[in-house]
Amino acid sequence: MLALSRKKNESIMIGDDIEITIVDVQADQVKLAIGAPRNVPVHRKEIYLQIQQENKAAAKISDKSIEELKGLMK
Amino acid sequence: MVKTKHFGEINVDETKVIEFEDGLPGFTHIKKYVLLANDGNEGSGPVFWLQSINESGNNEDADVALALVNPFAFYPNYSPEIKDEYVETLGHASSNDLSVFNVVVVPEDIKNMTVNLRAPILINQHTKKGAQVVSENQEYGVRHFLYQDIEKIRKTFEEGGK
Repeated sequence: MLALSRKKNESIMIGDDIEITIVDVQADQVKLAIGAPRNVPVHRKEIYLQIQQENKAAAKISDKSIEELKGLMK
Repeated sequence: MVKTKHFGEINVDETKVIEFEDGLPGFTHIKKYVLLANDGNEGSGPVFWLQSINESGNNEDADVALALVNPFAFYPNYSPEIKDEYVETLGHASSNDLSVFNVVVVPEDIKNMTVNLRAPILINQHTKKGAQVVSENQEYGVRHFLYQDIEKIRKTFEEGGK
């Protein structure tokens, strides 16, 4: 993984059209501004990982649970 | 013919195929799905299955089926705030074209089943494009317990019928 040092108000570019700017740095918190095409989803990693985890858990449904679910939703 | 996880082999009309350009978190390699009702046919829900269309034949990684619910059946006031940008990627849609579903996790004990209210799946029925998007509503949980709410609704319904 690439590690870059940047100061406040400096940016990095990812490809041609994604720009990440350091807006503010205070103690252990960094504020970022992200400029990306409208169709590029940008999320905090925590929430994305949670959704990923839930989708994977959802796909593991057992045949028994499917029958129970069918019964419940009649 | 599509080999499905839970419904055997089914015929899928080409026009029913829904394209998820970005895939789904956890399954970004799968781009094509079909929406099935609880019995494997078409229907009105509230449970549906998002079944992947396995184009590469016998690749098990590409065979995914997620249980989805129509959230409004349980939460009539559910109104996730979705950025316009996400909706626009699905192509032009009137509100009639746009369907909202939420992924359900059913563990061994069904009483612990949860629904992901934070990240609904949007499907534009007109363009046949879909995406799972993160709503701005921090109050909506990724793991919202559903079973108790269903029981509550059932109780209210039964009492109302007396």
